Amino acid sequence: MTLGYISKRLFHLALIMFGVSVVVFLMLRMIPGDPAQLLLGEFASPEELARLREQLGLNQSLFTQFWIYISNIVQGDMGHSIRTNAPVTGEIWVRLIATLELSLAAMCIATFFGIAAGVMSAVKQHSLWDYGAMFMALVGVSMPIFWLGLMLIYLFAVKFPLLPMMGRISLGLEVPDVTGLMVVDAVVAGSWQSFVSALKHLLLPAFTLATIPMAIVARITRSAMLEVLNMDYVRTARAKGMTELVVIFRHALRNAFLPVVTVLGLNLGLLLGGAVLTETIFSWPGLGRYVVDSLSGRDYAAVQGCILVFALLMAVINLAVDLIYVVLDPRIRVNE
Amino acid sequence: MEPILQIQNLTTRFTTKRGDLTAVDGVDLHINPGETLGVVGESGCGKSVTALSILQLLPRPIARIAGGSILFKGQNLVTAPLPVIRNIRGNQISMIFQEPMTSLNPVYTVGFQIMEPLRKHRSMKKAAARQEAAGLLDLVGIPEPRSRLDDYPHQLSGGMRQRVMIAMALACRPDLMIADEPTTALDVTIQAQILELMKQLQKEIGMAVMLITHDLGVVAETCHRVVVMYAGKMVESADVNVLFSRPAHPYTRGLFDSLPKRGCTGPLPTIKGAVPSLLNLPPGCAFQDRCDAASARCRQTPPWQEVAEGHGVRCWHPLEVSP
Amino acid sequence: MSKLDMFTDLRKSASALTGLVLITLIVLVALFGPWIAPADPLIPSPLIRLQGPSAQHLFGTDSLGRDMLSRVIYGARISLMIGIISVTISLIPGTILGLLSGYFGKRIDSIIMRCMDMLLAFPAILLAIFITAILEPSLTNTMVAVGIVYIPHYARIVRSSVLSLKGMLFVQAISHLGGGHLRILIKHILPNCLPPIIVYATLGMGTAVLQAAALGFLGLGAQPPSPEWGAMLSEGRQYIQLAPHVAAFPGAAILILVLGFNLFGDGLRDVLDPSLRSQ
Repeated sequence: MTLGYISKRLFHLALIMFGVSVVVFLMLRMIPGDPAQLLLGEFASPEELARLREQLGLNQSLFTQFWIYISNIVQGDMGHSIRTNAPVTGEIWVRLIATLELSLAAMCIATFFGIAAGVMSAVKQHSLWDYGAMFMALVGVSMPIFWLGLMLIYLFAVKFPLLPMMGRISLGLEVPDVTGLMVVDAVVAGSWQSFVSALKHLLLPAFTLATIPMAIVARITRSAMLEVLNMDYVRTARAKGMTELVVIFRHALRNAFLPVVTVLGLNLGLLLGGAVLTETIFSWPGLGRYVVDSLSGRDYAAVQGCILVFALLMAVINLAVDLIYVVLDPRIRVNE
Repeated sequence: MEPILQIQNLTTRFTTKRGDLTAVDGVDLHINPGETLGVVGESGCGKSVTALSILQLLPRPIARIAGGSILFKGQNLVTAPLPVIRNIRGNQISMIFQEPMTSLNPVYTVGFQIMEPLRKHRSMKKAAARQEAAGLLDLVGIPEPRSRLDDYPHQLSGGMRQRVMIAMALACRPDLMIADEPTTALDVTIQAQILELMKQLQKEIGMAVMLITHDLGVVAETCHRVVVMYAGKMVESADVNVLFSRPAHPYTRGLFDSLPKRGCTGPLPTIKGAVPSLLNLPPGCAFQDRCDAASARCRQTPPWQEVAEGHGVRCWHPLEVSP
Repeated sequence: MSKLDMFTDLRKSASALTGLVLITLIVLVALFGPWIAPADPLIPSPLIRLQGPSAQHLFGTDSLGRDMLSRVIYGARISLMIGIISVTISLIPGTILGLLSGYFGKRIDSIIMRCMDMLLAFPAILLAIFITAILEPSLTNTMVAVGIVYIPHYARIVRSSVLSLKGMLFVQAISHLGGGHLRILIKHILPNCLPPIIVYATLGMGTAVLQAAALGFLGLGAQPPSPEWGAMLSEGRQYIQLAPHVAAFPGAAILILVLGFNLFGDGLRDVLDPSLRSQ
């Protein structure tokens, strides 16, 4: 693994982002009507329109317009929201952190339970547990999570009021914003009550969002483990007197991680997409809900910002997956 | 002398999609301390399964030991509970395998893998185990052992990896090392080096070796005694010199005849026919269809008989053994 | 593999069989909807709003007093149509692009594949959301959007099969004999790419149904009063505390249909294309 490899990947990332920006730029100009009007909404005054037209260079060539657009983005300026009149960049940032908290929690649930179920299934292949778990995994893959979320709300918030229906923390328990991650902020603030409240609010949406990745991880882990458990080095580990736990977790699972990480990486997009639905159901103030609200409010500056941020997130995640891959597999590490 | 390992009437069965088969059928053998026993036969004759049975490493759930006993230092390994077996594995009995390419875990350094049995069986601390592991690599003739400890298996050649496997097997100074075709996957020159190394280490450590191979040349160079297996059964057992000079079983004889000899230029004689499928064995002696000496009697299972002191054979028509 | 072998193998696969049963069930419901539905799915009856399941209304009634069972039955037609049309929309361009990309290689390949990368740079549902939002929310645009989103998946699968086929001798032999490109592509390469396409299209039906329902749920797909399952769920969401059955039944229907396609697709994959396993 060399710096060269990383820089090559970073270059690739920049290329994709450039392509996406071009598409977004053209899209906004392909929608019939005046882009300035689109960005400012139908109630904008003629002066405002004129000013934005001047700012975006709409009276100049397409090339100049693109140049202005790109240099604004690079400087982190993605325009103003017509709904709040606040800079889009700041609005997106706050919501991105909320989405991150939800997605991280979901990822932890999905990896932990998915791997546990997959390992159990592989070790007890053809057992009742195996068949049951794999059927449940297929149900999980087929799950309309927006329905699952609603049913969980009904079950755990309406029928048995154990958990809150929506939001991130109970009224009156808010904690000062340090990281933006509510659970972490509650710890920082040292409030046990706030921590529990934040955690309770996180539980249902995180589980809902985790469903599909968890099912996928369970299936992949099982098939990867079945393959690895037949390997010679697993027999070698047994022949050395290692306990079955060490054989399974240290020698087999570590090797089975590679395909699991790949698939997990491929499905992070699914997680981000799922966040849109989950956030809508649980009124979680994250980026996914922001996109939907911006679209229905015809807030094109915000939409444009979200598209760019989502594409960047996907690209960064893919890069991260590749780097994790390199850490996990020494054969790649040295040969690159 | 008390044997270190005594196998009696060992029978191991496999359940396959096409039916049950007996891979090891009533094997009786013993290994004395410090001795090298060769187990010879074609692939599928049950020699590897015998080895795997000793340490209970048979593939589950398709294989199981159906009968017999394996006595190691007075303890029956067939009935011993798994924790006891685990304490013996890699400690008092260790094993090396045919494929050095795939027998080492690709995601851990060779040092880590050699240290594993030391830390488990000898309860060594990390630093001490590392020290010991470096010593072991040195013992098996790997140059610059300290820096090699941090190498991953894919950075080593096949011969080097097999040396690492041997170092791992020797880590706890076992009483018995089972080597399952340890040189088959290696180049001829490397083969000779590895065999020489094993011989020398055996003398140094004083352990017994069970060497499983299909290569009679390897047997001649390294073993004290030899057991010949065919279709799951032991067909002959003798001291290496006796076996090579006066084989009693027609199958053993056939094996020797098919070896290339110095000064001989004609085509090599081969044993006619092919090894019968274990799923579909003829009644009686499994070798009868390929045997020139076969008679009607061979439809019944031949008994084990001693043709000379320490020289046993399972055949109705053993070849003449003149003393 | 002969057709006969394929069918015996499929019969042996419990998952394929279960999937087939579920799909057939819903297809029958969709076909005979007008005859088996107890009521009109669109006519409101304000007097019987939000009633729970009963003998008269097995699935209860919704917020306008419409019979939920009838709405779910009519919804089956919409969902099946969505599945078929969206998959067709992604399948045909995807296959053509994959064939061109894999067969001609070089510049054509890299241009096509970079465009596909661009589409893949977004989470699928988000891309579908953007497209429907630009095109105006409607059932038709939902199908178009979901179709476009999955074009790259087919293109990639077809491309990789073409690449592995191209290396094989018979294609080389044919092209040496001077067959035209189009002829080689359609007569020799395409038929050999079919197994993975069929498998992926089956699994893709489930995905398409799920995505379209999600769009409907977000209010970007089929619009009321259409009895589309996703849109019904979105309505039911408002009454989740009072009348959970309004959300429960359409969602369960989505799950069953998608599960059917996934079970059948999994079984099909094991039979048709073992190399695709565990993906």
